Amino acid sequence: MGILFSRVFQALFGSKEVRILILGLDNAGKTTILYKLQNETDDEEIMTIPTIGFNVETLQYKNIKFQVWDLGGQTSIRPYWRCYYPNTDAIIFVVDSADKERLAVARQELQAMLEEEELKDAILLVLANKQDQRGALGAKDVSEALGLPDVRNRQWSIQETCATKGKGLSEGFDWLVTCIKGE
Amino acid sequence: MSDGLEETSGLSLSSMVKEIQGLKDKFKREDADCPSPFADLEKATVLQECRVFSDAKVVTESPRKCSQLITKLLHIVTQGDAMSSSEVTEVFFGVTKLFQSTDASLRRMVYFFIKEVAETCNPDDVIIVTSSLTKDMNSNEDLFRANSIRVLAKMIDATMLGAIERYVKQAIVDKNAMVSSSALVAGAHLIRGSPDVVRRWVNEVQEALHSPSEMVQFHALSLLYEIKQHDRLAISKMVAQLTRGAISSPMATCLLIRYITAILKGSDVDMLASATGRAAYQFLELSLRHRSEAVIYEAAKAIVSLPGVEERDLGPAVAVLQLFLSSPKATLRLAAMRALCDIAIAKPAAVIKCNDDMESLISDSNRSIATFAITTLLKTGSESSVDRLMKQISSFMNEIADEFKIVVVTAIRELCLKYPLKHRVLVGFLANFLREEGGFDFKKAIVDAIVALMCAIPETKESSLLHLCEFIEDCEFTALSTQILHLVGSLGPTAAAPARYIRFVYNRVILENAVVRAAAVTALTKFAAQLPTLRASVSVLLRRSLRDEDDEVRDRATLALRLLGDDLVANTTEVNLLLEPFSMSFSRLGCALNKFNVAHGLEEEGLALNMTTLPVVDDMGPAASAQSASTAIHTSSPATEDVATELYKMPEFATLGKVFRSTSPIELTESETEYVVSVVKHIMDNDHVILEFLITNTIADQLLVDARITLESTDDDNVYTIVQSISAAKLRCGVTTRSWLVLRRNTSESNIFAAQFVAELKFRVLEIDPNTAEIEGDEDGFAEEYPLEDVEISTNDFMGKARVADTDFRSAWESLDRDGEVLEKFSLQFKDLESAVTAVTACLGMQPEDNSQTITDRTKAGVPHSLHLSGIFWVDVRVLVRAQLLLDEKAGCVLKMAVRSPVLQISQIVADCIK
Repeated sequence: MGILFSRVFQALFGSKEVRILILGLDNAGKTTILYKLQNETDDEEIMTIPTIGFNVETLQYKNIKFQVWDLGGQTSIRPYWRCYYPNTDAIIFVVDSADKERLAVARQELQAMLEEEELKDAILLVLANKQDQRGALGAKDVSEALGLPDVRNRQWSIQETCATKGKGLSEGFDWLVTCIKGE
Repeated sequence: MSDGLEETSGLSLSSMVKEIQGLKDKFKREDADCPSPFADLEKATVLQECRVFSDAKVVTESPRKCSQLITKLLHIVTQGDAMSSSEVTEVFFGVTKLFQSTDASLRRMVYFFIKEVAETCNPDDVIIVTSSLTKDMNSNEDLFRANSIRVLAKMIDATMLGAIERYVKQAIVDKNAMVSSSALVAGAHLIRGSPDVVRRWVNEVQEALHSPSEMVQFHALSLLYEIKQHDRLAISKMVAQLTRGAISSPMATCLLIRYITAILKGSDVDMLASATGRAAYQFLELSLRHRSEAVIYEAAKAIVSLPGVEERDLGPAVAVLQLFLSSPKATLRLAAMRALCDIAIAKPAAVIKCNDDMESLISDSNRSIATFAITTLLKTGSESSVDRLMKQISSFMNEIADEFKIVVVTAIRELCLKYPLKHRVLVGFLANFLREEGGFDFKKAIVDAIVALMCAIPETKESSLLHLCEFIEDCEFTALSTQILHLVGSLGPTAAAPARYIRFVYNRVILENAVVRAAAVTALTKFAAQLPTLRASVSVLLRRSLRDEDDEVRDRATLALRLLGDDLVANTTEVNLLLEPFSMSFSRLGCALNKFNVAHGLEEEGLALNMTTLPVVDDMGPAASAQSASTAIHTSSPATEDVATELYKMPEFATLGKVFRSTSPIELTESETEYVVSVVKHIMDNDHVILEFLITNTIADQLLVDARITLESTDDDNVYTIVQSISAAKLRCGVTTRSWLVLRRNTSESNIFAAQFVAELKFRVLEIDPNTAEIEGDEDGFAEEYPLEDVEISTNDFMGKARVADTDFRSAWESLDRDGEVLEKFSLQFKDLESAVTAVTACLGMQPEDNSQTITDRTKAGVPHSLHLSGIFWVDVRVLVRAQLLLDEKAGCVLKMAVRSPVLQISQIVADCIK
């Protein structure tokens, strides 16, 4: 009975699994974001090691099932991102707001990615992470540095976050949920 | 009548067709009952199907389907249908997407796949799964932990290993046996690439050794050994500790036994005598009573293979092996039989008590066991059982493979050497095998065995020769036919009734291929040469080969007939050429011919070219000559360029005759001094000796002018007078230039040939710019002297190494008159005969004959060694030496020597060389 109910429920609200890629340069905070999202209530600090390869987790947020792929950001792994592009609904691009020197590199990677044919229908959420760090740029500056204002052919948004404390993550995801439901 | 026949045959045909059809249907249905799900898989189709891995919905909802797809992929890969690198890459990344499913059996298939393609894939691609695998290593699922470690071990490098080391260490001591074993096995793989990291895990491995699981114990012991492998002390300690009963696993105990054996075998001192050695041995004996058969076998095998083990110590081990012989398990019977077979090689007596059991194994349904049984019995059996055994062998010979047949043949050969009286039966058996089917290796083994027995047991010679002759009547192997024909050619003429072999040989001339025909012609020739009574008839046969289609066969026949002579009254010398190996190697002959041409090319009246007029050529180096003298085929390749070529180019020496013999260059300086000088002594065929000095200047900024060698005799009696000196005009750096000295021997002192001189190099030095070669400073330069080592002319320089060309040593010796014989006895300071023989040969400068330079075992046992030497003394005096060497405790090495030559004086001079 329960199964039947949930099926009906799913049929009503769309049981579609949303496929999300978390991308960004190394040490931007992608893995931390993934596991913070998975254990929302957990206040424990998450220790991560550089991701060699990828992590994949399924999580539920506001009745929507997200399948989140966190791909390693090291230079050697970036070429493999494209192997995971197909069927992606949304991209979360994580930026270390305090690492100003590498914003230009981040911009290059982002722009190259946005030109990919396989990602042309994906919506884009940029997380300006590490807001707790001294000298971190605000959302507006990050947006300028990445050239986001010029992106006109897709839905995008930027959100200031501090992944270690879980700040700003739910706001970002709320935007994603709204966009996906609105489609 | 014919109609009826057709009808019946038609009827039977159609009924047969029906029957076949029926069978076909039946088979079809049987096939359809259980079709392989993976038969006829198309690679392209499967790869296409694998695209669904990208579909998240399929992956999460139907993991079973994905598992099946991976199974199909693996099936294709293992069937040998290789995927191209782009195909592998694509499907590999597809499979990585399956990590989103948490289904345990699908994950297992993913591990499988990654492990399988890890080596074919681009290593950079493979690291993409590192993070996921690392995560699985910390999973709560035992299956994930165990398998992810094994996959990681396949793809990880040393730096990455450091990052996950912690987890591996944890896994080694995991409660779950599978996880622990997986980590240990991974360690065994990783120790090859990153030994230092794995060595750090020693404590964890040690702990795993005490795991209750037998599998973990086994893996832990094996890894622990690898870690400590290079530390012998640590290994001994570990083994000693473990023999006190820490491990329960039979497999681990087997390993332990192997390690103990390695220690006992590896030690140079007598380990069995030491305390640790005794403890180890006791452990082996204890293991003979272990509950597991594997351990018992391992222990027995270890004991019998120990070095220096006494025959009585073998008793317990042989006893358990004997028990295994009657085991119902074929593997145990085979293992025990093989071990006993090994023992029988060295200590047949220890195995005799198993004879009854082994005899019953001859009829074992497993032919390998039977072969081992019979070959072992051949080694242990008594003389009386030989006949019975041979009967049993012949009954099963047809049923075993060639390689086992060869084992049997070798065993029979050994047996025959042991019981020579049984040769009739045994050789008869070998001959029977020859007639049976078999490959080349088998037939060759038999022929070799028969030939070896012919040498060892002379009684078998005649009968064996006939057996072999019968064999070549129907032999498909050219190599064996020619080998046997050669044998018949050399042994047949001296047999009791040589004529009977001729038919066999001539049949080959008629029936066989060119190579065999040529060999047969040679064999016939040998009969004709040695047996005057048969000469006429054989010549008739040989004449038929004159029109053979093959060049070689025709040539051999022509040569033979020519040497035998038209009137068939052959000259012995020429006939000898047919029988004896050629007296000098081909390269030496080439060298001699070159010399002959150089020396006589300019003369108008040509000297007849034959063996006696050819100049004497030394073989290159004493080692080369020692080897080549014994074998007809010369393997070394001495330079054919004549050392005297330069000499003949000098117009000054035109009147000095031709060279009798030249020595090899002798260095008068160290090879790395500023001026390098060596000398070649040319002994001329008159009283002159020409010294050719090769001078090399190694100083870049010096030009040497007018370089010459001065000699000063060290003793008073002037044997030689310097008659001419030709200096080298200019010596540039790095260019070897010649300077010459002509000496004349004072004939009044004709008995003395040896002389010694103090030598000095004299020259003027001009300093030059090494780059432009322009002279700097003084135009005349300054005079300089450079001392060299003494130049020595010794008597043996006048001795040419020449073999007795036209007959054997003994008849040559007899042909020389006893009047020219000199007998001497010396006592020499040598510790062993080998060096004494080498030194005497070198001292005399003569050629060893009859392979007498080789010391045989017999002579080592107190019998004097006979050395036969021959040579030509300046200019054409044949000298022969018979020497006997004996090691004596008091006198050192005693040399008794008889020198014969036509001239007594020369014999004396030669004898005086030993001083």
